[in-house]
Amino acid sequence: MSGPTKTLDNQSPELFGQTPWQTVGPFFHYGLPWKGGADLTGGSDLGARPELTPEGHYVLKTARDPGPLAGKMIEIVGQVFDADDVPVPDAMIEIWQANAAGRYNSPDDPREELALDAGFIGFGRGATSEDGEYRFNTILPGRTPGPGNSQQAPHIAVGVFGRGLLKRLVTRIYFEGEAANDEDPILALAPAARRLTLIASKTGEATYRFDIHLQGEHETVFFDI
Amino acid sequence: MTKILDYTREDAGQPPSLFPAYASTVARSPREPLVRIPQTLTETTGPADWSALMGESKADLTRQHAAAPLGQRIIVSGRVLDEAHRPVPNTVVEIWQANAAGRYIHKKDQWDAPLDPNFTGAGRVITDAEGRYRYVTVRPGAYPWRNHYNAWRPSHIHLSLLGPAFATRLVTQMYFPDDPLIPIDPIAGAVPEAYRQRMVSRFDLATTQPDWALGYLFDIVLRGPDATPMGI
Repeated sequence: MSGPTKTLDNQSPELFGQTPWQTVGPFFHYGLPWKGGADLTGGSDLGARPELTPEGHYVLKTARDPGPLAGKMIEIVGQVFDADDVPVPDAMIEIWQANAAGRYNSPDDPREELALDAGFIGFGRGATSEDGEYRFNTILPGRTPGPGNSQQAPHIAVGVFGRGLLKRLVTRIYFEGEAANDEDPILALAPAARRLTLIASKTGEATYRFDIHLQGEHETVFFDI
Repeated sequence: MTKILDYTREDAGQPPSLFPAYASTVARSPREPLVRIPQTLTETTGPADWSALMGESKADLTRQHAAAPLGQRIIVSGRVLDEAHRPVPNTVVEIWQANAAGRYIHKKDQWDAPLDPNFTGAGRVITDAEGRYRYVTVRPGAYPWRNHYNAWRPSHIHLSLLGPAFATRLVTQMYFPDDPLIPIDPIAGAVPEAYRQRMVSRFDLATTQPDWALGYLFDIVLRGPDATPMGI
């Protein structure tokens, strides 16, 4: 005679370990991307899609003014595409970056000799539109240290979320025309033939385009971090 | 040279990006292998000031409107830990969920179940010095979706955490004990079976409040410091 099988759950010590990733699904807009989340320079409602939430049910944060920021303001625009080059209207993009001096606004960046803009958090979040488009207003980041004694070119860490994405995809935005790209230790790890998928095209004096292809001929390089 | 604390990589309990039973993954998952990179300051830092980012805590989802929402009132409580069992204090947990009937307040959710004017279903809770969090909500209902014939999602609450670094980001879903829909759900099922129960909360009488609400426990474990950092 065998006894009942013990059902393990979240509290079982023998199962302790990383909580598994799950998709954000299609209905995250009233829960995650707040007004101004995609505007790291402040002032606009960029990032949210309040039209998807009925009147009286917007409980997320509203835009804030970070005050004056050092550095060059830039706009990054792009679209997210699936395997068939169909725009993805229910994706969400997050970014994390250093300020113009190359300092991260984080207690784990020990380089206190570099200037910190108190108002520049360096984290942004924005939902894609019906056309699969996202847009960030931010500051061109400075260079940051890489492995060993190397220096990284200016770049922004990117997370891609959405319906059909069981876990975050991680990539990076580098900037066309930056001489430091040629000596960036991370960019060098990407296969040469696909490296350009990591470099945003310069479309104007302070505007860049960075499309994200989840799959297909132009598939973006995604990283295992 | 800057000292960098490495974080562990994902463990065997994480789902793949491509899981054909969850149909939307087929055209939305990469086919090229991920490029493994060393963690730099970019990956090992993260925003610390959640309130400047996301605003104040909203931990009671049953008191956001004129009256109480319909449904079974529940308390969800637990700790945010890293893999070394250390608490992750003062970190934000964003949550969102369907109402008791299984309907999201989202305008694109067109399922024919009633909306509840008194329930939005979004909040954010903050961990204390011991990594503990607690929120009050209603138990979300199951709902149908179009993934396959007669597909129903088990009751679940979405949770989103930043943790201390870009590398520790986590979005997950919390399920309820003994839900018969879990074993036939392709989203929960994307997690290897040996690890799937990590996402199933436990009913807890000590968390339950007499004459008020049922209590469930759910701990969240983020990637921790790597004991064997790569030589980079």
